[in-house]
Amino acid sequence: MTLHLRVGFLPLVDAALLVAAADAGFAEAQGLVLELVRDVSWSNLRDKLHVRLLDAAHMLSPAAIASTLGIGGVKAPMAVPIGLNLNGNAITVSLRRFEEMARAADGDLADPQVSAHALAKLVARRRAAGLPPLTFAAVFAFSSHTYLLGEWMAKAGISLGEDVRFEVVPPVRTVEALSSGQVDGFCAGAPWNSLAVTAGVGAILHCGAELRADCPEKVLAWRADDVERRGEAVSRLNAALVEASRWAGSEANWPHLAQLLAAPERLATRADLIEAVLNGEIVSGGNRAPRHVPGYIRIDRDAIRPDPAQADWLLAGMVRAGQLPDAGAARETARAIFRLDLFDRG
Amino acid sequence: MPDLRILIVDANEVRAAIIEEGLREAGYRELIRLSATTGLVAAIEANDPDVVVIDLEDPSRDALADMFLVSRHVRRPITMFVDQSDSASIEEAVEAGVSAYIVDGLKKERMKAILQTCISRFNAFRRLREELDEARSQLEDRKVVDRAKGIVMRLKGLPEDEAYALMRRTAMNEKRKLVEIARSIVTAAEVLK
Repeated sequence: MTLHLRVGFLPLVDAALLVAAADAGFAEAQGLVLELVRDVSWSNLRDKLHVRLLDAAHMLSPAAIASTLGIGGVKAPMAVPIGLNLNGNAITVSLRRFEEMARAADGDLADPQVSAHALAKLVARRRAAGLPPLTFAAVFAFSSHTYLLGEWMAKAGISLGEDVRFEVVPPVRTVEALSSGQVDGFCAGAPWNSLAVTAGVGAILHCGAELRADCPEKVLAWRADDVERRGEAVSRLNAALVEASRWAGSEANWPHLAQLLAAPERLATRADLIEAVLNGEIVSGGNRAPRHVPGYIRIDRDAIRPDPAQADWLLAGMVRAGQLPDAGAARETARAIFRLDLFDRG
Repeated sequence: MPDLRILIVDANEVRAAIIEEGLREAGYRELIRLSATTGLVAAIEANDPDVVVIDLEDPSRDALADMFLVSRHVRRPITMFVDQSDSASIEEAVEAGVSAYIVDGLKKERMKAILQTCISRFNAFRRLREELDEARSQLEDRKVVDRAKGIVMRLKGLPEDEAYALMRRTAMNEKRKLVEIARSIVTAAEVLK
């Protein structure tokens, strides 16, 4: 019997496996009619999943944890039977701040230790001169983006939210926020960093994969009670996504995948930009040559295991960001969201 | 109640106006409408509202979600209004396409009334839009029927009422809608031109 599933997504490159499953026949092969519904915010996806306007959703892994713990909205327990990718983010700063940091740097700015200390000098100088603090943005409060920024700044003793202002800016507004000076830097997923460089307003400081290898990123979230009730649907969608990852893990299929993602009802952006992201060909900005970053975003078969250990780094990030008083009490609950048992069963 | 300041964030000006009117009728006086949502955080700091009502189609909603948790620079904490004990109203709000945020602590009862007003106004706006779409498509249908009638009159040399009767009879015999028959006639005439 064919099953119809409605799955919500945000137009980002890391929706790749969902798009491949729906548009390259992998869902159909599992007897699924996979209807992908594009949305504009993580809050919407979380709430629509909660009230069952969606069967499952593209989700930031820490947002699944926050929702389960009831931080930042309604307490809506989620379960993750499969991941969607690892890595994919980057930290971009405005050209002006990039030049200031380059002048302040004691060594190669490509080294996160050096760049964090350069930023600390800027922070100290602004404070001494009575200038307003710098502002950095992430795309959601509960996100690996926030935690990558926090971890990077902490290398030089900077506290995100105290020494540097923190704002949430939706991905579609990042480039504009950087060019208008609303923010001095941001951490976002693909293709927004490349777009800021292409638009001539920013320089990519670090790729996420260079700050933290195999950083947990997006997952497929279901309501926790639904993964028990609807085992058949969960395992069929898992199977379709696993097949999609086998296909999408092969370089030869990236041009085709980029085409699918570029479609108007998916990401509605240029296929060549998406293909460059999949290839790890990252533009740099600030008069530097493009670089090749292997594993800039990972959507292969080994990247989608919902490993409970991923919760640990995310919880540490939540504590550093002041979102959680301490990780201890939440650890078991957070780990239990990642359902390796369901993944292995499929 | 009049001391409560409400910020309405909605890119659709007509809907924003409908919501504002609803809240005004409910006795709220300090209403601020915001459509360009770049720098929503700055707008909140500048206007210092007690409540923020936001359209779910606006990506800035994510900027509201507990920014106070991370940024100690925001003077007053903002939280999404949810009544955990009342899942029906959560569902109602999401389906209507609206969400509400409380700046600082505000009594649940007062907030519920505001949210209910917004939900009913969002739904009223949707009905209005559906009716408008319906009216538009009815108008389109009538145009097609008129064109088909003209074609029948010309080709069969019939007066208007007989041409119309012929089309209606055909529709009834074939168990199809009049507008479908009309569309077939128009298409056929185009092809045979």
